Amino acid sequence: MGLEAEYSRERVFNTPLCEQGLVGFGIGMAAMGHTAIAEVQFADYILPAYDQIVNEAAKYNYRSGGQHSAGKLTIRAPCMGVGHGALYHSQSVEQLFMGVPGLKVVIPRSPIQAKGLLLSSIRDPDPVIFLEPKILYRSSVEHCPVDDFTLPLSSAEILTPGKDLTLISYGAPLYTCAQAIEMLRNPSSTISAHISPHLRTASIELIDLRTILPWDRETVVESVRKTGRCVIVHEAPVTAGVGAEISAHVQKEAFLNLEAPVERVGGWDTPFPHVHESFYKPGPTRILDALVRTLTY
Amino acid sequence: MTTTAQCRSAKSTSANKTHLPGHPTSAFVPDLKAAFVDAKVGGIPTYRLTDGHGKLIEGVQEDSLKLGKEEAVRMYRTMLLLPTLDVILYASQRQGRVSFWMTSTGEEASIVGSAAALSDTDEVFAQYREFGVLLWRGYTVDNVMDQVFGTCDDPGRARQMPVHFGSAKHHFHTISSPLATQIPQAAGAAYALKRTPGRENDVVVCYFGEGAASEGDAHAGMNIAATLRCPVLFIVRNNGFAISTPAAEQYMGDGIASRGPGYGMPAIRVDGNDALAVRAAVSEARTRAIKEQRPMLIECMTYRVGHHSTSDDSSAYRSASAVENWKKVDNPLHRMASYLRDRAWWDDAMEEETKKAFRNEVVRAMGVAEKKKRPNLSSLFEDTWTKVPPILQDQRAELARLVDLYGKSEEWAKELPKYEDAGKDLEQWNRKKA
Repeated sequence: MGLEAEYSRERVFNTPLCEQGLVGFGIGMAAMGHTAIAEVQFADYILPAYDQIVNEAAKYNYRSGGQHSAGKLTIRAPCMGVGHGALYHSQSVEQLFMGVPGLKVVIPRSPIQAKGLLLSSIRDPDPVIFLEPKILYRSSVEHCPVDDFTLPLSSAEILTPGKDLTLISYGAPLYTCAQAIEMLRNPSSTISAHISPHLRTASIELIDLRTILPWDRETVVESVRKTGRCVIVHEAPVTAGVGAEISAHVQKEAFLNLEAPVERVGGWDTPFPHVHESFYKPGPTRILDALVRTLTY
Repeated sequence: MTTTAQCRSAKSTSANKTHLPGHPTSAFVPDLKAAFVDAKVGGIPTYRLTDGHGKLIEGVQEDSLKLGKEEAVRMYRTMLLLPTLDVILYASQRQGRVSFWMTSTGEEASIVGSAAALSDTDEVFAQYREFGVLLWRGYTVDNVMDQVFGTCDDPGRARQMPVHFGSAKHHFHTISSPLATQIPQAAGAAYALKRTPGRENDVVVCYFGEGAASEGDAHAGMNIAATLRCPVLFIVRNNGFAISTPAAEQYMGDGIASRGPGYGMPAIRVDGNDALAVRAAVSEARTRAIKEQRPMLIECMTYRVGHHSTSDDSSAYRSASAVENWKKVDNPLHRMASYLRDRAWWDDAMEEETKKAFRNEVVRAMGVAEKKKRPNLSSLFEDTWTKVPPILQDQRAELARLVDLYGKSEEWAKELPKYEDAGKDLEQWNRKKA
């Protein structure tokens, strides 16, 4: 809003409706050393540009021996559920890019995070996919510095330290995780029968992964080695999701410390539905259940 | 194009224009049959300056070519170097010395003719059959061999298949295998050129074949270049075949040139075996692209005389006699040579001497490249990301550990000496040893 008026139409402009075109265009600009910030209207529509992102942007530097790079490209796209977005206005696509060497994938959880991580992404020397949880566009409000600041990429953040269980998520579900922790502490009368009193004081370490690729393995592994228990939450389907990668690494690096199987809570392995959204997305109850099962294993 | 042309020719006043924002100057017409448009029989004409024997077409003025002896001879010499490389590297692939090759045979005039019309700083995005542009710009036979053999002197660090050339120094963006991906990239690069102080008089040149023009990225790139007014030349080599698919199964319209006006972009169809016509068309398109700040489309009609690649035997889908016939009837090299001979700029002795010198040079360079080492094993992990991230550091350390343990195995012992440092460079990353 207002950027075109401030910086001119030559710098802020419409493109034809064509994702492969606008991403390819951004790669070309970046290859000439210009900073290119491309927007895909919804993450669901990034797939026409998948070839340009995976075969081109991600490999541009490697295949040219560092002679040409698409590193000055940042692709922004709104992602995740919004309550009624159904199949094509709800998807979490991060796992589609997690196995693509050469890319960085970043997801913020709040306005301060969004600004700091986006500025880092734009200045980062590698191509970045910056996915913005659209349900937070208007709901998440906090005092955000007007001045320039950055937050580091490939660095997870421990939001609340704990010693009994590591709960990992990113983007919008972090708020659901916080709700689940609150439900564990103070279960309402309708569910309290399922949560034995000694679990209510469990100390949960909540981690915001922030960067999906290359992800902060050190912070995660260190946390699980300490707590011995790990639950990973994301909106995307479970099979071959981000949780699969994290849990495989955690079981290798923290095998002797694990007290329970690593639990993954995600969307079911179906397309993202319309009217069934509240039973599809991992809500606080499902996360709570995973916490209870992992703590009592 | 036809829609606009018909509407313009129809008698119309401002009162019978549609006013609708999608095309406000379109005129209303009540005749249903006239309202349908279709491609015209015969289609867009083909621009040529010389006939099949290299003689100037009647009415073409020598002066208008603005082509002196020095440049004309240099064009022909560059055209001759291509088949020399093709013959030797093609044979070497058959002997297993080279993993892969793609010849330029039959398309020498389209490639070198266009290269001659460009500034050496115009940014080139190519498909794979256009590295003659690099030769025109001074890329050496040694440079070619470093890429083909994947030596430690290849600026691409030996990561891609042969023919995937790239040279920042020569303003030639690194070739990649996925077809047509370079087309929207070229549009973006052209937009960047417009905004780069000091480069307003350069253009981007984007080459692709008529097969690649069927990809979605071709539509994407040409449309975005037109709407954002990008000074880019789209040069299509229409050589009649996409591997085994003949052009007749590639499109039903009037080739590729007819699509230009559909995107609001001037287009020209050129005799791609006429180096002089290609040079003239590209030169004019280049001037207009800079002056008018918009893309131009040049379709070079030619014939892929060679097989698609060393992995293809084209006799499976076209007769060998047709190909042989083609070489005799309309050979771009013969046409250019005749043009030079008619002006006493070239003779049999020069032809023989040049061919022999090129053969010697190619054989010499191959011998040198074949003896060079491949880039060291550590380089396998570099340039994926700008900095090697922890996960790749771990994987590099893992390979270091494995090479330390199993370097003398049957699998690796003969391989390691082919690389710079023979795998020793990995030792510094071996955490177990360190």
